[in-house]
Amino acid sequence: MPLSWDSFKEGDELPVLKKAPGVTQLVKYAAGGGDFNPLHHDFAFPQSKALGSIIIHGRFKYAALGELVSNWLDHGGRIAKLGCQYRGMDLPENEMTLGGKVVKKYEEGGRKLADLELWVNNAKGKNTTPGSATVDFGA
Amino acid sequence: MAENFEITKEMEAAIGVESDPWTYEVTTTSVRAFARGVGYTDRVYFDVDAAKAAGYRSLPCPPTYLGTAVFIPGESNDTFSGPKNTGPGVKHGLKNVLDGGTETEYFADICAGDTLTATNQVGDLQLRESKTTGTMLIVTTLTTCTNQDGVVVAKQRGQGLFY
Repeated sequence: MPLSWDSFKEGDELPVLKKAPGVTQLVKYAAGGGDFNPLHHDFAFPQSKALGSIIIHGRFKYAALGELVSNWLDHGGRIAKLGCQYRGMDLPENEMTLGGKVVKKYEEGGRKLADLELWVNNAKGKNTTPGSATVDFGA
Repeated sequence: MAENFEITKEMEAAIGVESDPWTYEVTTTSVRAFARGVGYTDRVYFDVDAAKAAGYRSLPCPPTYLGTAVFIPGESNDTFSGPKNTGPGVKHGLKNVLDGGTETEYFADICAGDTLTATNQVGDLQLRESKTTGTMLIVTTLTTCTNQDGVVVAKQRGQGLFY
């Protein structure tokens, strides 16, 4: 059901999204997103060898944070801003737990808005991809 | 990376120069391909009827997807699929690249059937020390996406980490 403005409050957490993309999923993402950097699918690529593995696209994690927010909104609001930083590498088949929290709920310029804090925790509980979003519920 | 790497005046000259425009298409097939790549199960990104029931003109772009660059052999970057020449570029000679971060601001819905024109420019150059990779050059790129009606629908800021 589309999320309504009245149904959440500051401090609420978004339902978590767990992902452990394997090589095939990363290949699908490469095809959909257009990033064919071999670092994300070819274990023989020099940079992969130097790092010891291929790594998940930073942009895959960014898009997955988008999915986390989209699932929560269920089209009841629109994303006005979404950002994240790729602070740590994540490896294929390793489970990531994506989560978020409403940090501010407010009205500005006649619009109903909420600011979210977002994260991608790796299997060891380290946040590799801190992010934030602003969602807009209209006038 | 190279010892004693420095940001030269030549590199700094690339800051603020706007690239030639490039076309990014948003189609039902491209939206589905992206949504499938991320792993969505929400029908709104796959089924046009479900998208319309949710209030969209057609399949909406999932967050972070800003269309697929028109690919032209020789003119497009074979690895990243965008245009090969996006302005003067920063000639740093570094071979490895990592993604540092991305931020997108949205100003309107983007749906299948839209054609976006993107221009970008280098916004900033900085150096950062990393424990894993040594000195890195951080290139901040600003991209502006305008739709077929001349409406700026999104602005994106990205950071490339070169070492």
